[in-house]
Amino acid sequence: MSATFTPAPGAAPLSRMVLSQARMEARLMLRNGEQLLLAIVIPVIVLVGGVAAAGRLGLDLDGHRAVDVLTPGVLALAVMSTAFTSIAIATGFERRYGVIKLLGSSPLPRHGLLLGKVVALLNVVALQLVVLVVVGLALGWRPSLAHPPTSILALVLAVALGTAAFAALGLFVAGVLRAEATLALANLVYLLLMAGGGVVLPTTTYGSAGTVIQWLPSGALGEALRSALVDATVDVRSLLVLAVWAAVGTVLTARTFRWE
Amino acid sequence: MSTATPAVTVDGLVMRYGDKVAVDGLSLEVARGSITAVLGPNGAGKTTTLETCEGYRVPQQGTVRVLGLDPQRDRADLLPRIGVMLQAGGAWSGVRAHEMLEHMASLHAHPLDTAMLGERLGLADCGRTPYRRLSGGQQQRLGLAIALVGRPELVFVDEPTAGMDPAARRTTWELLEEVRADGVTVVLTTHHMDEAEHLADRIHIIDRGRVIASGTPGELTREGRSATIRLVVNRPFPDGAPESLRAELGPDTEVRQLDEVSMLIHGPADSMTLGRVSRWCEEHDVLPETLNLGQRNLEDVFLELTGRELAT
Repeated sequence: MSATFTPAPGAAPLSRMVLSQARMEARLMLRNGEQLLLAIVIPVIVLVGGVAAAGRLGLDLDGHRAVDVLTPGVLALAVMSTAFTSIAIATGFERRYGVIKLLGSSPLPRHGLLLGKVVALLNVVALQLVVLVVVGLALGWRPSLAHPPTSILALVLAVALGTAAFAALGLFVAGVLRAEATLALANLVYLLLMAGGGVVLPTTTYGSAGTVIQWLPSGALGEALRSALVDATVDVRSLLVLAVWAAVGTVLTARTFRWE
Repeated sequence: MSTATPAVTVDGLVMRYGDKVAVDGLSLEVARGSITAVLGPNGAGKTTTLETCEGYRVPQQGTVRVLGLDPQRDRADLLPRIGVMLQAGGAWSGVRAHEMLEHMASLHAHPLDTAMLGERLGLADCGRTPYRRLSGGQQQRLGLAIALVGRPELVFVDEPTAGMDPAARRTTWELLEEVRADGVTVVLTTHHMDEAEHLADRIHIIDRGRVIASGTPGELTREGRSATIRLVVNRPFPDGAPESLRAELGPDTEVRQLDEVSMLIHGPADSMTLGRVSRWCEEHDVLPETLNLGQRNLEDVFLELTGRELAT
């Protein structure tokens, strides 16, 4: 039995550490009931409910079928829920429980931890998008097929920049507030933006407030996705708005984040 | 790798939080391959010192070297070589015990077999239990497993047996002894003197941010004024008894009256002292009912050095 503990120290290769961290974070996110509610259940309810209500009332939106406008909006909602609310809450509690502290004494460097979070986040977002696209199609969603390469490019850019913007802001909140305050604020912001942030419904439906809302990350992400999937165009202005929010969030996070 | 350089050197470390001085010019060394205990009451500066060695805190004054490296500047080189057990927490609330250990193992190049480690630490039965449902003792044992899983050269364990039942404590002590036997240096903090006495090759007693005594358990408890004599008599002592007894025993002795019929005498453990005590009793017309020669333990050492109890 001797020599079990004979020292043989060393870090695993960075790629293995990052993948391991990403797998762990994604698994924990999908295991958590509240996070799953936020990631899948609420967007599905909004989509199904919105399409049913519009059908009952005989509404169309900007001359489009409701399902064609609501599906991109709900994709935007899903990105926001995971990249902002879930990441903020998870990271807030990681700080609170000392997870980030413990990892800080492991061979995983801080940029590896951040990279692991990003990979986990992108995986969960991809999963959400697949589920919501399937639900949308089942409800009769027909995305614009006018110019598929443009739509796909615009979709990828919007999801990437939207994820970056919301994740940077989520980490900013998680890095400065206590875990409970983060939980409350992240949920509150999510609800406010879902209702009034131009995510699910086009900013034009908000009347004059729409001119402000389109500069919010929520409005910009919603508009970018609607442009991609309803009009098959790249909404450059909205993408730039998201890029600026991502940059601002990153700088704020880098300046203020406390690891403990 | 030279075994001559100490595993840890702390020299003149000062750490303040606002106005409060947590560590006040602390210096200590840890020899490679030893178990070194940092013993002191809560708030003495143990955890702050450890966290500076682990690279969590930047020394405000003084220097810290761990395995010959600067924990700040050489962080990336140092971290794979050390294992850290935090005083509390460190895991996601929903993570399963075994999953957590697997994850931490995956961050290392040559980790220990996690099933074996879990078994050794009595975690086999709770491997699928979420962290938040583990008992305090189980969480501690998982923390220790995490510190060891990367096969480090040096482990820092902060209050390793806090919250453990006696059996788990015993198992943990045995494990730490085996770890040392296999060549790992162990630095542990504790406020249990029995833990320090049982495990440590060397003990640094810390109080108010300073090392107030260092030595092997034997040196600290046996050398110098080495015995505590407990004297209980059959009737109240006369006035001025402690002073008169001290005058009888000489300047190397300390006498403290506990109540009207008992006294504690710290002094040389020899028959001459005992003879003088009984002669003094005879002269003062009191009859000794108890005259116990007890060996000093670390509790007594701490009490002597600081005038306060170590137990918290």
